[in-house]
Amino acid sequence: MPIELLFVQLLNGLQYGVLLFLLAAGLTLVFGIMNFVNLAHGSLYMMGAYFAAWAYNNPIFGIQSSFILAAIVGVLGSMVLGVLIERLVLFSLYDRDHLDQVLATFGLILVFNEVARFIWGPSSYYMEVPEQLSGTIKLFGIDYPSYRFMIIAVGLLVALGTYLLIQKTRIGMLIRAGASNATMVGALGINIKLLNTLLFGLGAGLAGVAGLMAGPILSVQPGMGEPILIVTLVVIVTGGIGSIRGAFFAALIVGVIDTIGRVFLPLLLANLVEKSLAQAAGPAIASMLIYLLMAGVLAFKPQGLFPVKHG
Amino acid sequence: MNWTSPRFYVPALFLLALGLLPVYAMVASQPFYVTLFSRIMIFALAALGLNFILGYAGLVSFGHALYLGVGAYAVGILSFHGVGNGWLQLLAALVVGGLLALLIGAVVLRTSGMTFIMITLAFAQMGYFLVVSLKAYGGDDGLSIEQRSAFGLFDLNNHTVLYYAILFCLVAALWLFSRMVESRFGMVLRGVKSNERRMLALGFPTFRYKLVGYVVSAQVCVVAGFLLANLTKFASPSYMVWQVSGDLIVMAVLGGMGTLFGPVVGAVIFLMVEEVLSSVKPGWFPQIEEVLNRHWLALMGIFVIAIVLGFRKGIYGYVVEKSSKEAKA
Amino acid sequence: MKSAAFCMALALAGASSAYAQAPIKIGFVATLSGPAGALGQDQYDAFMMVVEANGGKLGGTPVQVIKEDDQLKPDVGVQIIQKFAEREKTPIITGVTFSNVMMAMSKPLAESGAMFVGTNAGPAPLAGPACNPNFFFTSWQNDMQAEVMGKYATDQGYKRVYGMAPNYQAGKDFVAGFKRFFKGEVIDEVYTTLNQPDYSAEIAQIAAKKPDAVYVFYPGGMGVNFVKQYKQAGLLGKIPLVSTSTADGSTLPALKDTALGVVSGTFWGPDFSNPVSQKFVADFEKKYNRIPSQYAAQSYDAALLLDNALAKVKGNVSDKNALRAAIRAADFKSVRGPFTFNNNGFPIQNMYAFVVAKDAKGRVNLKTIAQPMTAQRDSYADKCPIK
Repeated sequence: MPIELLFVQLLNGLQYGVLLFLLAAGLTLVFGIMNFVNLAHGSLYMMGAYFAAWAYNNPIFGIQSSFILAAIVGVLGSMVLGVLIERLVLFSLYDRDHLDQVLATFGLILVFNEVARFIWGPSSYYMEVPEQLSGTIKLFGIDYPSYRFMIIAVGLLVALGTYLLIQKTRIGMLIRAGASNATMVGALGINIKLLNTLLFGLGAGLAGVAGLMAGPILSVQPGMGEPILIVTLVVIVTGGIGSIRGAFFAALIVGVIDTIGRVFLPLLLANLVEKSLAQAAGPAIASMLIYLLMAGVLAFKPQGLFPVKHG
Repeated sequence: MNWTSPRFYVPALFLLALGLLPVYAMVASQPFYVTLFSRIMIFALAALGLNFILGYAGLVSFGHALYLGVGAYAVGILSFHGVGNGWLQLLAALVVGGLLALLIGAVVLRTSGMTFIMITLAFAQMGYFLVVSLKAYGGDDGLSIEQRSAFGLFDLNNHTVLYYAILFCLVAALWLFSRMVESRFGMVLRGVKSNERRMLALGFPTFRYKLVGYVVSAQVCVVAGFLLANLTKFASPSYMVWQVSGDLIVMAVLGGMGTLFGPVVGAVIFLMVEEVLSSVKPGWFPQIEEVLNRHWLALMGIFVIAIVLGFRKGIYGYVVEKSSKEAKA
Repeated sequence: MKSAAFCMALALAGASSAYAQAPIKIGFVATLSGPAGALGQDQYDAFMMVVEANGGKLGGTPVQVIKEDDQLKPDVGVQIIQKFAEREKTPIITGVTFSNVMMAMSKPLAESGAMFVGTNAGPAPLAGPACNPNFFFTSWQNDMQAEVMGKYATDQGYKRVYGMAPNYQAGKDFVAGFKRFFKGEVIDEVYTTLNQPDYSAEIAQIAAKKPDAVYVFYPGGMGVNFVKQYKQAGLLGKIPLVSTSTADGSTLPALKDTALGVVSGTFWGPDFSNPVSQKFVADFEKKYNRIPSQYAAQSYDAALLLDNALAKVKGNVSDKNALRAAIRAADFKSVRGPFTFNNNGFPIQNMYAFVVAKDAKGRVNLKTIAQPMTAQRDSYADKCPIK
């Protein structure tokens, strides 16, 4: 297979991985620190996409089709939404067992999907790729869509920013301490409630960024959060619950393997078995790859690739 | 057995009503009700199966819809190849289902908590993708089934006969579980839910118990899937999506997780709400009707949240608990 | 207990409606949600436009259209047909957007004995061995929209074409249809997951293989995503994109200028000059403020067909043979011009090629550029046992 093709597919995988990381980061933190299963994370991603698309398509203060404005609205919107549902619904579930959390957030998914369907209709709500980014850029002599490249760039920047936040700031230190031993942090006089709310808001904001960026290339529609939520869950379990580093590497690995697998596995199989069998088996095995990966990792490292050390 | 306790008369009345439904449907010339309640009972059966490990052993499996698929496709695939004999199809379903549950159970039961939920979900997803890729058996489009399973003694092609067959399975499952829950085996499982370390300390090989429990609950879902394929004459990967697994959990919790009959109540309520809300036309305001019919899932979502926050014991569970409190007073 | 109470309530509600005047029930089922919802919506809107223009009647008889959404799920479709047959007892059923749902529905539909007027999906088995005397289609047999593109591609002199479609019955039918009439070489056929949103990987493959043209079948939201991503990858000006259902009235409002230059093929376009079509386009644009797609045109024709047939039988739907004959006669003026049913219930019609271009009002629209096929019959009619 030609090297340019491989390179482009690697970039595609990287782009998917970066998107997954944005979602996984928020989810794994909430999971690891607050010990809270939030299935509605996919809905925050969806709402971020809707808010951004809406801001892009409708004039606000006279400005329309501004990607920056859409970004602000999308991210802020999902942060506010995240904090709201945390304060109103979820806080009472912190001490409950996982089943209750799964069910309550499952209920939230249903509500959010219907709200989206009600406000914006059942069909896809389209957001244009901004003019400046709708072309291609040349990377090592190969054409790659500019917009997707931007996603990679922004995603890596956000990853860096999150890393710095977690590792180098006081808040980050509190978060890491909370992941290790939440009770102790509370006992030391830190306002755990506020920390949790901030954390949730941060996670929601990251989901909003992912939604904003995915909007123009994928379609914004009710229920768009669930398929990617499942993959995100695979990522955080593989990476290690509560670990940002784990989420980062697992997201990239999953993104690349899924993309490369989808494209090359059928080709590979076509060399080994006859064409129609390869055409049928290829996509099947490709879609199972990430689950097999997760099962494999868990078999050797049940806590994930980069588990958080619990104090 | 306390005859006046709701623990007895609620299930008894329910089952009686279910038994008489086809008669009512005939009188009201609405054969659709037989189809509707056949479907409800099938899901009640599946929820019952799930509840065995969910409510009694505390294992949150987010992948039980996989076994619905196994049952359905056993009928579909065998029928596709000309094997219409119901006994053979059922046998195949149970053998494949049992082996699958053993293998999957052996892997997933090594984990716990969130990882358990995730891994059961992952296996169900793998099953879904595998089935979708089987182009020969319809793939994403699903597989039409020519004839319902032939059992020789009775003809399932008659809607009413099928209805009673499903009711029979439901009653049989209820009876089976009522025996198991009170048996030594059931006690161990309930002990595991309460405190697994203690059970281990007491010398019980909890893993083995959990595995058997998992397999039994999976097999009940396999039977439900078998019946579902017969009802719709269709096997589809959509029977195996994770939302269905989620729905089963909701039904079990809605009705009352720790109770025997709860899941049946939960399934009836869940599916009746779905049916009524999505097609009710009381004729007040067309706009509200339109919204209700299209967006009933939102109400369902709110309902689920309310149950979790308030009615934790489920509707039937609440009824039962209230009565036993009164009995004690 | 609770269930009995519910049943009582429902029965009473049902009984009370029986005392009112009984209009003819028409079951309308289509994909009304999700990315492909726009197609089903067009089918519904066009059908209702005729009903409402006639004061809630077709053929002089009051009709009640019961609308259901199959959500692009075959099992939901099966349930809806069962509901129509057992609960609503509708004598006529119309609509259906996607072929996979159509195939699943075909069995309970045949068993119900209702007259079916399909206004979109036309899978090959239903045109051939599984044809049914009660099934009629005012759309086309799936392959034909691809066949016309195959002929067009041959006429244009393309030698190497890369084919893509979603992985289900219609997808396979379309690519097969294209190949049947394309004399060059289809260098690869790729089938993607239904409703897959991201085609970057596949588009990268296309760029690497450098074909003369690309043929795709991606309806609804899939089409929007594909064309957008194709353009973003810089291929739209470089490698001609020949399509079926990808650049039509349902996707153009979302794609707008992005789709300029994409070629597609079907039986009708908004710029047709016959009076029925012009009236249809004018009325539709006025009522719904959007350009009607071919899906609307198909459904509009179905309403006209039923209007004509019901008038012939004077609203008496219990005589199935008379109703069937009236529908088969197809004695109405269609938006496409001449209209006759073939032995298998599919239309015999002309097929045209269109390009996405700006119309006289500066809107992105379809422009007729060729008529590769005239009075074409579908390729499966011989396999249908009905004579």
